[in-house]
Amino acid sequence: MTTNILEVSGLKTYYKTRLKEKVFAVDGVDFVLEEGKTLGIAGESGCGKSTLALSLMGFYFPPLHYGSGSIQIHGRDIMKLSKEQLRTQISGREIAYIPQAAMNALNPTLRIIRFIEDIMKEHRPELTKKQVWDMAVERFETLNLSPKVLRSYPNELSGGMKQRTVIAISTILNPKVLIADEPTSALDVTSQKAVIKLMKDLLDKQFIRSLVFITHELPLLYHVTDDIMVMYAGEIVERGTADQMIFDPLHPYTKKLMGSIIVPEEGMKGHKLAAIPGTPPNLKHVPAGCRFAERCSYAQDICRESNVAVQEVDGRQYRCHFDTGTLKEWYANEQS
Amino acid sequence: MSSRDLLIRGRGITKVFGYGAAKTTAVDTVDFDFHKGEIISIVGESGSGKTTLAKIIMGLLKESGGSIDYKGQPRVLRRHADLKKYWKDIQAIFQDPFSSFNLFQRVEKLLLSCIRLQGLKLTKDEQFNKMKEACSFVNLKFEELYNKYPFELSGGQMQRLMIARIFMLHPKVLIADEPTSMVDACSRSTILDMLLKLRDENEMTIIFITHDVGLAYYVSDTIYIMEKGQIVERGPAEDIILNPQHAYTRQLISDVPKIHTAWDLG
Repeated sequence: MTTNILEVSGLKTYYKTRLKEKVFAVDGVDFVLEEGKTLGIAGESGCGKSTLALSLMGFYFPPLHYGSGSIQIHGRDIMKLSKEQLRTQISGREIAYIPQAAMNALNPTLRIIRFIEDIMKEHRPELTKKQVWDMAVERFETLNLSPKVLRSYPNELSGGMKQRTVIAISTILNPKVLIADEPTSALDVTSQKAVIKLMKDLLDKQFIRSLVFITHELPLLYHVTDDIMVMYAGEIVERGTADQMIFDPLHPYTKKLMGSIIVPEEGMKGHKLAAIPGTPPNLKHVPAGCRFAERCSYAQDICRESNVAVQEVDGRQYRCHFDTGTLKEWYANEQS
Repeated sequence: MSSRDLLIRGRGITKVFGYGAAKTTAVDTVDFDFHKGEIISIVGESGSGKTTLAKIIMGLLKESGGSIDYKGQPRVLRRHADLKKYWKDIQAIFQDPFSSFNLFQRVEKLLLSCIRLQGLKLTKDEQFNKMKEACSFVNLKFEELYNKYPFELSGGQMQRLMIARIFMLHPKVLIADEPTSMVDACSRSTILDMLLKLRDENEMTIIFITHDVGLAYYVSDTIYIMEKGQIVERGPAEDIILNPQHAYTRQLISDVPKIHTAWDLG
């Protein structure tokens, strides 16, 4: 039997501007992550991917505020816990979060081992320095990282190595869920592969149980995650398995995103890439109907007027007015 | 390739940094031939010397050895006046668009400087039309943008504005140093298509530097694969990607996730 490791329902978080306006960057997000599964979140910049990741941690720092909704980890609502409980019981133990510029967060004046000692002092105070050292060496060796790294300063490491070190440090307490926010976007393809390999290792050796991977590189998600979720303007517009999403997208936005994939394979040369005209809507003034209507080439009057509910077909969810038959017919017509 | 006029030719280009024990050869006896209206990709991982090579072509760094011919003549960059003349023909786009603009000037002023650079005497209306034309080339609306500061724009918009500037200056050579690494996948395809459009409309030679062979394959006619300062393989894009000869090229291609073939994580 599979259990749900992470359950998010109706999550709304907003940024408060100087003029006291509320900008909902995450606007009513529901999803469920089963134990042992990996989930990818894709979307354009500014669609709320990173805000969602930040919100899942339960920590809110101004200008980000919590609106409503619940985040349950193993059935425990973390929004009902105090900040102190969150810090000591949830962060690092249940959920670990790797922000976008994680590798720049390493203090350049400390050796890598000091960051691990720091975590252990809080979460496992009974361990001596020697025990922490042995534990760190063992962990680094199982992950095919050189234990020499532990004695180095961050500036002695390359970008890819730093990123892998950060991931190894943040999963040292065996968190159940790892949330990785664009861990590879600043790296070249060779280091990117090494980072992906490390995350696969963590999953295979059961140091982490589930992974939420945020990126805009769709071919990467295809190989890393079981499910892909596409976000647009703070909402989830489609969710399905990686295969379905890449080869058989339903929502017009997903369709366009898949059209912008560039891979070194035959047929890519001279292939027409899909461009999405315009920019995502300003979330201060959310459009009345479908949020994608303004940029959608299939939009009709109904899209601009009435709100869209999520439809569910064969275990896939998508947020569009039209049924799958109509959408597929349109896509087929466009191709011919 | 629209024509085979040789524009830039390099022979035995070498760049050495430091001396003694700390001596590193960043670019090692590299030969290249760039033709008019050709898009060339230089592909390699970080530290392979591709940016150094680009800087040498740009004239920002002086080569330690070798020679460059520009338009059939040996390139001489001895005096500042030579550089000034050379830079009229050559422009560059860099990775981070925010570092390429003056952050304290509005978009209007940034684009206006391009008109001034060309030494054109235009009326207000003509200037306005010219800027509008450049913005519509990159699918931006000048009316919405002209009064904004760079920080109010997204990375993709800034990078497109950079291309609008290139469009106004129409140089002979454009060096694009990882122009898409800071933007998301959608903006990336728009930017690549704009580079192709620039080449088609203005016969521009574009030198595209990237670490992603997929992008290189999509955008370029010729690919140079660079490893540790040396060009290990060069040839037409189709040959390099679909039939790679060198082990390093194969490794680069296998590092990129694909969608129709399995990705071997080794």
